[in-house]
Amino acid sequence: MLAVRNLRKAYGRAVLAVDGVSFSVEPGQLVGLLGPNGAGKSTTVAMIAGLVTPDGGDVTIAGEPLTGDTDPRKRLIGLVPQDLALYDELPAASNLRLFGALYGLSGRALEDAIGAALLLVGLTERANDRVKTYSGGMKRRLNLAAGLLHDPAIVLLDEPTVGVDPQSRNAIFDNLEHLKRRGKALLYTTHYMEEAERMADRIVVMDRGRVLADDTLAGLRERAGRDGGPGASLESLFLSMTGRTLRD
Amino acid sequence: MPFRVVAALVRKDLQVFFTDRRAVVLTLAIPIAIASFFGFVFSGTSNNGSNAAKMPVALVNLDDSAVARALVANTAGDTALAVTQPTLDEARAGVQAGRLPVAVVIPKGFGDAAGRAFIAQGEPPQLQLLTDPSKSAEVSMVKGILTGHVMESVTQEVFTGAEGQRLLDDGMRSLETSGMAADEREALRRVMQSAQELYRLQGSTGSSGRRGMSIPFAVTENAVTGTPQTTYNGYAHAFAGMGIQFALFAAIDLAAGILLERERGLWKRLRSAPLSRLTLLAARAISGTMLTLLTLLVSFAFARVVFKVPISNVAGFFAVAIASAVMAASFGLLVAAIGGTPAATRRAAIFVVLVMVMLGGAWVPTFIFPAWMQQFTQVVPVRWAVDGLDAMTWRGLGLTEVVLPIGLLLGFSAVCIAAAVWRFRWEEA
Repeated sequence: MLAVRNLRKAYGRAVLAVDGVSFSVEPGQLVGLLGPNGAGKSTTVAMIAGLVTPDGGDVTIAGEPLTGDTDPRKRLIGLVPQDLALYDELPAASNLRLFGALYGLSGRALEDAIGAALLLVGLTERANDRVKTYSGGMKRRLNLAAGLLHDPAIVLLDEPTVGVDPQSRNAIFDNLEHLKRRGKALLYTTHYMEEAERMADRIVVMDRGRVLADDTLAGLRERAGRDGGPGASLESLFLSMTGRTLRD
Repeated sequence: MPFRVVAALVRKDLQVFFTDRRAVVLTLAIPIAIASFFGFVFSGTSNNGSNAAKMPVALVNLDDSAVARALVANTAGDTALAVTQPTLDEARAGVQAGRLPVAVVIPKGFGDAAGRAFIAQGEPPQLQLLTDPSKSAEVSMVKGILTGHVMESVTQEVFTGAEGQRLLDDGMRSLETSGMAADEREALRRVMQSAQELYRLQGSTGSSGRRGMSIPFAVTENAVTGTPQTTYNGYAHAFAGMGIQFALFAAIDLAAGILLERERGLWKRLRSAPLSRLTLLAARAISGTMLTLLTLLVSFAFARVVFKVPISNVAGFFAVAIASAVMAASFGLLVAAIGGTPAATRRAAIFVVLVMVMLGGAWVPTFIFPAWMQQFTQVVPVRWAVDGLDAMTWRGLGLTEVVLPIGLLLGFSAVCIAAAVWRFRWEEA
């Protein structure tokens, strides 16, 4: 469904943020994109979402390359950014009404989509409350709902559980399981190994702009056992691949 | 450009603006309050001068002559001045403290010396002015008024007073030894003889007329506006200036809002949708124009109702107001394009707006600027916005008179939008 091939992005001459990254995400699959700070995960997601123009390589949706700001294939992508990209001053329903309109939804279809999205994330009762009255976890769930509103085939989730309580985190995981069952292709960036172990069908490990590993969870566990000995965890494999040096 | 998407983005901006009711009230009330104050201050002379403040002047008379007394009496009777007669020390203290712009000291012997100087027999005496250096305009005005009163008082005494007769007699006696050329001396003798004849006639007829030389003209003011029905209204210019200033402040809020949206990651969501950059910027330009126009129109509606500010050409007024709002919104987009953090950008933009407003004549009339600066103000869009609003209000001019200001405002807007598109940071990593 989603494929990236040899993606490359440099900021000036000094910073090569993404260097020849390739992977794919199939329908009904959740791919975990792991890496330490500065690995190039967010830049990769930004290039897929059309926020950043790649210096090289391409992004294809259902086999067709994504081109330009107004490419209609962008309707197939839903972005759940790391930031709580919401208008705090407005009620949740007004936020969703705007974000739905950006994707061409209107009238009954828009109102139905808003209802479905709020129901999915458990915020139906708070639809008309201003977002600034929400807790952090509720905002995270609304952030997710905004990315799902237009029923995209591909969902890009950039660290969607940062700063939420375990209850909201679990609720988000349940939502993602639901989306997988509905055949959505999910790309999920995270720092947390246990999230990837719980959710991901495949894991892509990145560091310094490159893909260090792209395998199933079982394949990576096998590699961890081979490299680190019996009982070696996925985290120890991650640290052995990316090093233990602190990152900015 | 998809109309529904633009409409949704504009609606969102308006919703966000109107959500904070306190901010809305302040946004609309502050320009009205400040413009009302400026209008009140600057329209004091517009009501037939009845409310015009008299300029305080101190006269310190150290001379006991008839000329000095006449000078004090004539100056005290001037309707433009509020004359007091303190001591020299009190006058000096008053000027020093800023209570008086100027004090006039009439030195001892002034009357005698002035009379002699008038009939070419001596050096003119010094009339000392104690001035507040920060009030040069008032000092110049007092000098002008004083010149007329001195001339009147001196000639009044020289031609008709006893002191003047004595001076003439002295003058006639000393004429032979004056060293003047014979023909000049003869001419002056005839003048003095004529004056002596005047005294003789006044004495024989008992005439009590004591007229000296006075300013040989009177001034009639005719305010020239586009139509005879249109009269000057000081509030009109104040509301034009403050209206444009606060429209630009609203544009700064627009810019800060865009930068804040970027900080909060909202532009990522907007940019990830299948929308052109033109759509995103156009929506902000439209909502910015609507909000700045609202600021301007609410101010003028208040001015119209409360201060009876005339609007001579409604179509022209709206055309200038819309062009001014487009200019302000475009400026806001440019600020957003080149700005950094919202806080730093807001501070820098406020400085730029204040400079533009100052140079544009919104605070003080541009005629007090140096000539080179007056030329420079022609590139400041605020000047054209204010001139355009003045033209459509108290000046009472026709629609054709605002074609140039509107064209220049839209031209400035086009340059701002082009620069904003060019400099806007579209990449959202």
